[in-house]
Amino acid sequence: MIILLRLENISWNTPDGMPVLHDLDLTVGDGRLIVITGPNGGGKTTLAKIIAGIYTQSSGKLYLDERDITDLDITERARLGISFAFQQPVRFKGITVRKLIELAAGEKLPLDRICSYMSKVGLCAEEYIDREVNSTLSGGEIKRIEIATVLARHSAVSVFDEPEAGIDLWSFANLIKTFEDIRTNLNGSIIIISHQERILRIADEIAIVAGGTIKAQGKPDDMMKLLAENNAVSGKCYRQEEMF
Amino acid sequence: MNEITKDLLREISDWDGEFKGAYNIRENGQCAGRMSSRNIRIESKTDKPGLEIFIAPGTKGETVSIPACVTHGDVDDLVYNDFFVGENADVIIVAGCGIHTEMGEPARHNGIHRFFLGKGSHVKYLEKHVGKGHGTGLRSIDPVTEAELEENSVLEMDTAQIGGVDRTTRMTAAKLGEGAKLYIRERILTEKEQTAKTDFRVEMNGRDSGVDLISRSVARDDSHQEYHSVIIGNAPCTGHSECDAIISENGKVDAAPELHARDNDAALIHEAAIGKIAGEQILKLRTLGMTEEEAEATIIDGFLS
Repeated sequence: MIILLRLENISWNTPDGMPVLHDLDLTVGDGRLIVITGPNGGGKTTLAKIIAGIYTQSSGKLYLDERDITDLDITERARLGISFAFQQPVRFKGITVRKLIELAAGEKLPLDRICSYMSKVGLCAEEYIDREVNSTLSGGEIKRIEIATVLARHSAVSVFDEPEAGIDLWSFANLIKTFEDIRTNLNGSIIIISHQERILRIADEIAIVAGGTIKAQGKPDDMMKLLAENNAVSGKCYRQEEMF
Repeated sequence: MNEITKDLLREISDWDGEFKGAYNIRENGQCAGRMSSRNIRIESKTDKPGLEIFIAPGTKGETVSIPACVTHGDVDDLVYNDFFVGENADVIIVAGCGIHTEMGEPARHNGIHRFFLGKGSHVKYLEKHVGKGHGTGLRSIDPVTEAELEENSVLEMDTAQIGGVDRTTRMTAAKLGEGAKLYIRERILTEKEQTAKTDFRVEMNGRDSGVDLISRSVARDDSHQEYHSVIIGNAPCTGHSECDAIISENGKVDAAPELHARDNDAALIHEAAIGKIAGEQILKLRTLGMTEEEAEATIIDGFLS
């Protein structure tokens, strides 16, 4: 397996010095779908933001396709092929859905291309493309548009921070299919931060983050078994209701 | 018509070598071209500088353009333009202004526009103001707009001042009759040490009249903007005003909206938000590959679009 993204000894402290991640190692294979899961507060979102360059690691190294990207900022990492879908997307007064997706794609897009991205997240493009990405859109709509912007980038590595949050059941089923399509039809790798069992089940690999480090990384069956055992034995690291 | 006027016309109107429909071009206080159409008659005022524009009842789908250009300093242009819009007419009025100076003298255009909308008429009014050139003299544009809307008439105003004007005082006043609707979209960008003052006063006197006023502004560098709106509901009516401003560097914005309900069934709302660009917005656009500067420019362009 070709390693596309590699993190070595990543640590991150809060501005007041509290350690959140320590000596974390992670590898993501080319074309693989990795789901990062674990208890709340374990450092999952922090890890995702460090990959995208939104947070800067306190120490450690990151490599994309064997290129050292440790010192590259958000913009440079985005241009090299790392995309990020925010858990709580931001709104823009005056910027339309069409404009935002075109900004993501880096080019003007024909309607059918925009339709394709929008339909993957359960939205009808013709109803939405001329609407502003502002407070007139619901939280669920904004979330789906956020995911569509990442789809439009066709990145080497697409990071989705809890994509299921705020998504209704029908769109969620569609979203699962979208992730499977990306894995099948595109060369890129996908990293998803999630608690959702259905997302865990489509992963090529699951990485369990707890206490600021990777506790385990492996095949879904093995990791799900580990999670279940851990829950049965201690109930300390992973509470079942948080996981599924 | 000189070349600077032609450049300004391209910016402030849809001029592409000619106008489609009736027009009057004002260049440094003089008429540089005029044409009336079958349904739209343009005449000079006899008592003061300016025009009287008569739009025949029932006129549909026509455009009348009355751009004004000041192409050098030491000009203080004052013009009074009155628009008489016949019943059930549906037209577009384009009334931009451009000032270009290359020397140190000041230049000013002051357009006083009055609109009289007949019953059931619909006017889309487009007004774009720009300042150009390297001159150090003050470029000022001080538009005054007064509108009287009769029963069930609709006035849509889309006004923009996107850079280059050092001083502006913009005053808009309207009186609305029964069922009349007024939509205002204002966009202003100030930079350096520019100042902009906008003042709206809307009186809703007729039952079921309504106003929707949205002002978006960006104050950069050391510029200063003042926004003041007064919406008065004298009848069962609906009024909404929204003042959003982005400030950056040392930009300053003062917003003072006023709502006055004089009827028990007047429903009036105001929303206002002033602040710098949200850091999350910059972050999102940077994850799309933009630099911080590109992200900021994109956000401002979108905000003022």
